[in-house]
Amino acid sequence: MSKQIRQLDRVVIRFAGDSGDGMQLTGDRFTSETAQLGNDISTLPNFPAEIRAPAGTLPGVSSFQVHFADYDILTPGDAPNVLVAMNPAALKANLVDLPRGADIIVNTDEFTKRNLAKVGYQVSPLEDDTLAGYAVHPVALTSMTIGALADQDVSKKDAERAKNMFALGLLSWMYSRPYESTLRFLERKFARRPELVAANVAAFRAGWNFGETTEDFAVRYEVKPAQMPPGTYRNITGNAALSLGLVAAGVRSGLPVFLGAYPITPASDILHELSKHKKFGVLTMQAEDEIAAVGAALGASYGGALGITTTSGPGVALKSETISLAVALELPLVIVDVQRAGPSTGMPTKTEQADLNLALYGRHGEAPVAVIAPKSPADCFYAALEAARIALTYRTPVILLSDNYVANGSEPWLLPDVDSLPDLRVEFASAPNGEDGTTFLPYLRDPETLARPWAIPGTPGLEHRIGGLEKADKTGDISYDPANHDFMVRTRAARIETIPVPDVEVEDPDGDARVLVLGWGSTYGPIGAACRGLRQRGLSVAQAHLRHLAPMPANLGAVLRSYDRVVIPEMNLGQLAHVIRARYLVDAIGYNQVRGLPFTAAELETMLEEVLKNV
Amino acid sequence: MSEPIALKLTAKDFKSDQEVRWCPGCGDYAILAAVQGFMPELNIPRERIVFISGIGCSSRFPYYMNTYGMHSIHGRAPAIATGLSATRPDLSVWVVTGDGDALSIGGNHLIHALRRNVNLKILLFNNRIYGLTKGQYSPTSEVGKITKSTPVGSADAPFNPLSLALGAEATFVARTIDSDRKHLQSVLRAAAEHEGSAFVEIYQNCNIFNDGAFDQLKEHETRDDYLIRLEHGQPITFGKDGQFCVVHPPGGFGLEVRETATTRPEEIVVHDANVTDPAYAFALSRLPGLDLRNTPIGVFRAVQRPSYDNVVRTQLDAARAEVTETPEQQLAGLLSSGDTWTIL
Repeated sequence: MSKQIRQLDRVVIRFAGDSGDGMQLTGDRFTSETAQLGNDISTLPNFPAEIRAPAGTLPGVSSFQVHFADYDILTPGDAPNVLVAMNPAALKANLVDLPRGADIIVNTDEFTKRNLAKVGYQVSPLEDDTLAGYAVHPVALTSMTIGALADQDVSKKDAERAKNMFALGLLSWMYSRPYESTLRFLERKFARRPELVAANVAAFRAGWNFGETTEDFAVRYEVKPAQMPPGTYRNITGNAALSLGLVAAGVRSGLPVFLGAYPITPASDILHELSKHKKFGVLTMQAEDEIAAVGAALGASYGGALGITTTSGPGVALKSETISLAVALELPLVIVDVQRAGPSTGMPTKTEQADLNLALYGRHGEAPVAVIAPKSPADCFYAALEAARIALTYRTPVILLSDNYVANGSEPWLLPDVDSLPDLRVEFASAPNGEDGTTFLPYLRDPETLARPWAIPGTPGLEHRIGGLEKADKTGDISYDPANHDFMVRTRAARIETIPVPDVEVEDPDGDARVLVLGWGSTYGPIGAACRGLRQRGLSVAQAHLRHLAPMPANLGAVLRSYDRVVIPEMNLGQLAHVIRARYLVDAIGYNQVRGLPFTAAELETMLEEVLKNV
Repeated sequence: MSEPIALKLTAKDFKSDQEVRWCPGCGDYAILAAVQGFMPELNIPRERIVFISGIGCSSRFPYYMNTYGMHSIHGRAPAIATGLSATRPDLSVWVVTGDGDALSIGGNHLIHALRRNVNLKILLFNNRIYGLTKGQYSPTSEVGKITKSTPVGSADAPFNPLSLALGAEATFVARTIDSDRKHLQSVLRAAAEHEGSAFVEIYQNCNIFNDGAFDQLKEHETRDDYLIRLEHGQPITFGKDGQFCVVHPPGGFGLEVRETATTRPEEIVVHDANVTDPAYAFALSRLPGLDLRNTPIGVFRAVQRPSYDNVVRTQLDAARAEVTETPEQQLAGLLSSGDTWTIL
């Protein structure tokens, strides 16, 4: 039977199952196949903090959403067109996001009385009208997988575990994905157990062939490659891009990279990734706590390395005192905060942007630091380089505010030419800088950058002492002089405030917008998609996005004042809006949501339409 | 092998231009002088020596040393020094800390530096009191200590710093006294020669808030009867006339002090700092009584275990030994690793 092929311009698929069902891996593989095809993609993993919550329960549901299109897209998509539900819990947890008409592929083997009862289904939703209006495809995924592997040399448990590859095979067939990379991946992943390679490949093929032969799937879909700038691409998550950016910063500065880190969700992957790159001279240390992690990084910076610490909000709170010390010592330090929903443990695997205040103000004394935020997964690479550039050039701590959404989401990344990356080379102090030609003044500043000399131990003739006590201008000697303290506090503020950062760019293709949407960090995608939606409907709206939160771009005030209305969507209760109102006296409107999930483009579009009506 | 070039430095070379601001009569002066006097022996250029401290009276120490130095924040010196030492194996890194700094607010960093065996020389000035904050009891103060914060006596039991260090897998553990310059310098010498963490407790008198805390160990009439001077390879006897000795009683777990006259010579423990099992040094650390009787000083333990610095350096060197490309080529390879696709 030859199947009908239908062209689509975009599709959103959500894979959902138990945390042990391998949904993240399945989604990841589908994404990789899709990337190979040249579609634009954006992904959103969503998983519980529990490693293995009780099987079959709602808290144990893990999902992975992938949005792919034949044009450039900005978000993982608001609502799935297809849901793959590996059990009743996965169906129940995700049904609320599914628009009527969507395809639902369910693993019927898991719809047992017991599993249904676990999530409160009295009657199987496959048998009543719960799924009326959806295109339901019941598939006995588990039993068909076990059946397909009957003659394989694997245990029943291993056979059962390969059911995610059956699902992947089926979806790969449905959307005409090239699967060579998945076969290669399986060979790598199970290199030491050839029988598992064979079993997983067989399960994948069984899923593919099932699609080909069953009458339940009458249509196969194609999504043509997107028009993207020429070059070599790879699909990358924010945490991976950030890690590579830090490695690149080491290469481009010629300095050894030292990472001090304590495991914390969702930042640990950066520690894992950087620990693989010893051949770049990257030294990683899993410290005894968050405080030691930043302390060791600062000690490494003192010795002439690029000192980095990676964490999430609770860790930044613990590091606060050491960051203030770094402010006083005026040494380079990069602090990466992969934000998660707080306060306290909060929702460790869910996203939020509520550490902006912490980054800007969360220290004792007047302790300004530079703060920057990436806008997308691939942008994390450049944000890491920029954080290193500021830290090294201006000898200051820099806080990089990533978040769970960009950290674990992924998108295609056009690989940069290494030689085009910024030159981060620094000069250590090598000779006395006093007027007499023999004394060394550790706090004599470069008039342009206001940075003090970086005189690392081992340099003859520059022996000096630094510390947390207030220092006299130039000499760095302990000083309790009132005028000196006032001067030093103001100088430390000026050091940050005068760091040159690029002007904020405004996207206003119609040129007549009266409303500006201002965002920062990971909201770039949903805001951009909402603005596009409005423009497609003939409405004018301008978008500006902040990468630099401290210092802010010099043109920001003028930009803000040139619009009748400024709207600031944030995944917090208005932290940037507060800064903007205080700093620029602009009556910005906040749009705030803290649900642990990114904004949908649709909700922003609806909200902005209201604002546009009332200007 | 050529002879190392003698740098011919003197104690004066290690004095910084800063005015020393401890209280007159503080034990820290004696320690500073002893350290400055010892430094030339290292035969290491000043620029390759770094002193890192936390917060407290003792932590002002780096300001007075004409080397590189950092006066950091409370309790964190071992963490900061770990990052420095791990990235700069060419440096000689010293940590100066106190009983509050190292054992209270910074306890975690101390024990982890010791278990990692980071190549640090840690000098803990123990005066059994908080001096800089004007006289609160410390984690080494005796139970019932009456201070500003414990007007009817402290309720919590103190740490024994050496027992703690030994429990934390320290490879080098020693104790000395501020007033005995010769002994102090001999311990510094042994610490400096040790690869890995060297933990040195220095009994130090705070003449303002806890004056005379260690008098029994210093006064002519009592010191010889109270102090056990440990010497590697020597039977442990002490007292003015050698009238006391240390034995390992059969059936017991620890060590005991006996009268030498009634003890068979072969029963007397011969001090061996290189015993692998920390139980021996631990037993030594438990000898002193509340009145400071039977206080051993000297090197309790000095065993070999690869330092953290060395292990991580070996890993880095091994990884880099395979590299033939320039860093930029390496980076280009890394960026394009994994599944890539090309759009023409």
